[in-house]
Amino acid sequence: MPADDDQRTPTSLTAKREAAVAALAGVPREPGAKKPDPILIADDVKRHFGGLLAVDVDHVEVQRGSITALIGPNGAGKTTFFNLLTGFDRPNSGSWSFNGRSLHGTPPFKVARAGMVRTFQLTKALSKLTVIENMRLGATGQRGETFWRALLPFTWRAQEREITGRAEDLLARFKLDTKRDDFAGSLSGGQRKLLEMARALMVGPELVMLDEPMAGVNPALTQSLLEHVSNLREQGMTVLFVEHDMDMVRDIADWVVVMGQGKILAEGPPDAVMSDHKVIDAYLGAHHDQSLAELEEQLESGTLAEQVAAELGQEPAETVVPERAAETGDGR
Amino acid sequence: MDWGNILELSMRELIGVQAIVFALAAIGINVQFGYTGLLNFGQAAFAAVGGYGIAVIVTTYDMSFWLGLVVAIAGAIVLALLLGIPTLRLRADYLAIVTIAASEIVRLVGRSASGREVFGGSDGITGFSNTFYDFNPFTEPVSFGPFEFRERVLWVLAVGWVLVALCTLTVWLLMRSPWGRVLKGIREDEDAVRSLGKNVYAYKMQSLVIGGVMGALAGVVYSLFQGAMQPDVYATNFTFFAYAILILGGAATVFGPVLGAAIVWFAFQFIDLALRGAIQQGYIPDWLMDSNDTGAVRFMLTGVVLVLLLVFRPQGILGDRREIALDAR
Repeated sequence: MPADDDQRTPTSLTAKREAAVAALAGVPREPGAKKPDPILIADDVKRHFGGLLAVDVDHVEVQRGSITALIGPNGAGKTTFFNLLTGFDRPNSGSWSFNGRSLHGTPPFKVARAGMVRTFQLTKALSKLTVIENMRLGATGQRGETFWRALLPFTWRAQEREITGRAEDLLARFKLDTKRDDFAGSLSGGQRKLLEMARALMVGPELVMLDEPMAGVNPALTQSLLEHVSNLREQGMTVLFVEHDMDMVRDIADWVVVMGQGKILAEGPPDAVMSDHKVIDAYLGAHHDQSLAELEEQLESGTLAEQVAAELGQEPAETVVPERAAETGDGR
Repeated sequence: MDWGNILELSMRELIGVQAIVFALAAIGINVQFGYTGLLNFGQAAFAAVGGYGIAVIVTTYDMSFWLGLVVAIAGAIVLALLLGIPTLRLRADYLAIVTIAASEIVRLVGRSASGREVFGGSDGITGFSNTFYDFNPFTEPVSFGPFEFRERVLWVLAVGWVLVALCTLTVWLLMRSPWGRVLKGIREDEDAVRSLGKNVYAYKMQSLVIGGVMGALAGVVYSLFQGAMQPDVYATNFTFFAYAILILGGAATVFGPVLGAAIVWFAFQFIDLALRGAIQQGYIPDWLMDSNDTGAVRFMLTGVVLVLLLVFRPQGILGDRREIALDAR
């Protein structure tokens, strides 16, 4: 496809990527770092589920024109944070702004219209609509979407042609043009991911938020998906994407934000973040380099309790536990 | 057995008033359930509101027939808003529960003793259809081949089928427009449609209102035909007949509800007459069933046909098999 080759010429690719990397070069590598040109700023966002604090983000900024990856182990609160930012879930507290406009309490459809469009971890292709209808649905400001004009085809036909043209271009770019008139439900998992991404682009977003774009896609397709993601930056969009596989992130992200247990643990360029001990601890646990047999020995000899207590800066636990047990035994 | 007579009487039902009424109700449900995925189990309430709108305004308050028509339609819009505002933000099943309750509330309020002054209690209201029949251009019975229609019936049929045609045309126009595309998207996955910048709540509300207004038209036609508005006509089985008709004809198809309504009422009449004939001739022995049982047996047979249809043709008569195949994935 010649159009694709034009867009992927090495010079333009490196130019955009270098610009993003250069802009982020002076940013301190710490959680909540200020960016030179943030498109999205979130402050003090908290979400409780019963007693569980699922999201507790003090401050985070997303640099315009960059690809930012939000990584973290399962249950870190990445998707919940995504849902909060896009209005699909309500936070207990917090504020965030997109392009300087506060989006707190804004319903999802207005968030999308503002230029911040998301995809879903479990792909939401509209099965009984054809691929081209899925795409057309994405276009905003359609005249034929109001009830009375819908009854008068001549009021929306010209716009529909324009939308169809745009949709066909995008389908060609995502190599779905041969599937144009198939039901979206008949596509494979990877094709659905592509369709969802292409459909999101029909909205004309400034910030594309991808929730695990690589989940459930066979390895042969991931490379092409990654290319599509980095192409978004080439077209001037900002990308924020959730992923839990760090290797996927290394290739395309300009900046990585790490979440663990609802908090932002670390930020920085991919390589710096991946060697950060806090990140490795979050993924693998603090004692990942010890064998279980060794831990067991230490537990029996009592040295583990001392170590843990030292790490936590408290008295050794041994002395506390039996006392408590005795107390409750007496009390009841 | 006089097969010619049986067939002729059954053919009349094919285009009869019952078929019109249930076609209108089913077209409304098709917009709500077939295209938008809204489970409105209270279509009977919308039909009752339509019937009461005309009856109460004309007979109880002695005002104009045309105002009655406006009130019938406005009443359906208000009912849709009342039901939709609290429930459309919730999951689909909540709407189902609320609407089925609402349809019984409307019927029970209508037949209550305390509302007798306005709604006429369980006897209902009569004497509101004169203006409608004053407009009747047919002055004497008209025959089409073997079929002869009395002038009053012919007038109801003419107006009714024009209404069915208009509603079908509206649905056809709407569902090939971008507006209809949003509705179908909502049926598939409303969160996906939200993420594309569409106000899902507003679309669901519009769908509920439009389907409800079509239900009210069904009630208007039936009341005018009967010359009476009786609340017990609009019990929950009215709604489920309309659903059965829609599923038989094919949900989310433009002509499905019309075809379904015609076939169901044809089949009802045909089975009934055929059974009666068979009993008379002694083909069916007395100990098995007598002619009083035919009314119940035709429902049983219709039920069997519906079950068979759902097993062998789940998409309905006009539906697209490929769409059903997608659900299995």
